[in-house]
Amino acid sequence: MAEESKVTLYGYWPSPFAKMVEIALKLKGVPYEYVEEDLTNKSQMLLSLNPVHKKVPVLVHNGKPIAESLVILEYIDETWKNGPQLLPMDPYKRAQVRFWASFVQQQLQDSMIKVAMTEGEAREKLVEEAYEKMRLLDEGLKSFFPDGNPSIDTEHLGLLDVVFVSFFGNHKVHEEVLGFKVIDPEKTPLIHCWLKALLDLPLLKETLPPHDKMVAFIKFINESALKSSTA
Amino acid sequence: MEKKEENQREEVLVFGTWANSISGRVEIALKLKGIPYEYVEEDLSNKSELLLRYNPVHKKVPVLVHKGKPIAESLVILEYIDENWPNSPKLLPQDPYQRAKVRFWANYYDQKIIPGIYTIGQSQGKERDEAIEEWSELVRVLEEGIEKDFPGKLALFEGDNISFLGIVVSSYACCYPAFHEAGSVFLSWEKNPLFWSWVNALRDYPLIKEKLPPHHRLVESLKAYQSRFS
Repeated sequence: MAEESKVTLYGYWPSPFAKMVEIALKLKGVPYEYVEEDLTNKSQMLLSLNPVHKKVPVLVHNGKPIAESLVILEYIDETWKNGPQLLPMDPYKRAQVRFWASFVQQQLQDSMIKVAMTEGEAREKLVEEAYEKMRLLDEGLKSFFPDGNPSIDTEHLGLLDVVFVSFFGNHKVHEEVLGFKVIDPEKTPLIHCWLKALLDLPLLKETLPPHDKMVAFIKFINESALKSSTA
Repeated sequence: MEKKEENQREEVLVFGTWANSISGRVEIALKLKGIPYEYVEEDLSNKSELLLRYNPVHKKVPVLVHKGKPIAESLVILEYIDENWPNSPKLLPQDPYQRAKVRFWANYYDQKIIPGIYTIGQSQGKERDEAIEEWSELVRVLEEGIEKDFPGKLALFEGDNISFLGIVVSSYACCYPAFHEAGSVFLSWEKNPLFWSWVNALRDYPLIKEKLPPHHRLVESLKAYQSRFS
């Protein structure tokens, strides 16, 4: 029974996609084995578990693999009923969570990557676009925090909290490397408060990659990318 | 008067466009579940105030509005329909692992297959040939993946009814005759016989058949769209 119900997570320490899954498993108190993948040298195991995308994260449960981080998070929520409900009960609220989770993961992340890959004048425009998207999220958050005061505890964390903190928990890293205030308390006050409340939780703070390690990693990635695009 | 108010409280609106396969998904799901709705045709070159208010983030169709509350993004809408009206027929399976597989392939279709069709339409000559080849490879992955993940059944249907995956895959693919006539021959029976047979099974399904955009109108629209890229 123990072998059958074994849970394995294939991840990569800087990946926010893999981080989301780690956080979800910890919140639910699910014991799991973590396998660190080197994405520059993917294991045969990873390639056989996720032949379509060849990416992390992959969750294996009962010998069966599941890929795509948001799909995995919904699977976790449906399979393990202890710990916080990642998705609320009400169908409309569930739709809102799914909408914004997808927005953070695709739109916001995309914007950040574009800024990182660009230099000069073109970059200014992309930074403005990133802020515009953040503002949209800030506006959207009003329906989640109607009194304007996000107070969070581990028992009530939801899918959107997990997704957002995985992508933006290390925002100080991005600010240091990219040189712009990713989370601006004036432009996006609600996001600022929300993130602050999330990072106050030890479980989240401890699971996110350490600041200096992340800075070194992002600098390396950006430098290699800029080098190859100007070669 | 009371009856009208009651109807308005339950009121379901769908914002879409006649050619849009994605807004078609929402209508098919609602019809399948027997949920009455009002359809609102949008002109995407001149978006209505209402659409911009209901979908300020993406400013796109489809949008579902239920009791005055809007939901955008077709896959999010489909899940909402299944959860809010849990009556039979169910769009998604009950088992969490089966659901994960359906969601995986729905995402794959939207992230790889549909953009591939656009790439083909927007390219020409040698580039287009390459795009068509790449697309058929992406479809091969879909064919093999679905066969492997849902052995012994056609995952696009659940008994006599279309399934979540069937609704998703019907978008764009079911309009292939119009695309082909407009010169964008993306679907090949030789390269993707399985997908070809799936798409034609979907085209025969009554709810899809009724919802297909009018062929000649779509051909003209596609020709106009493509001429922008030549």
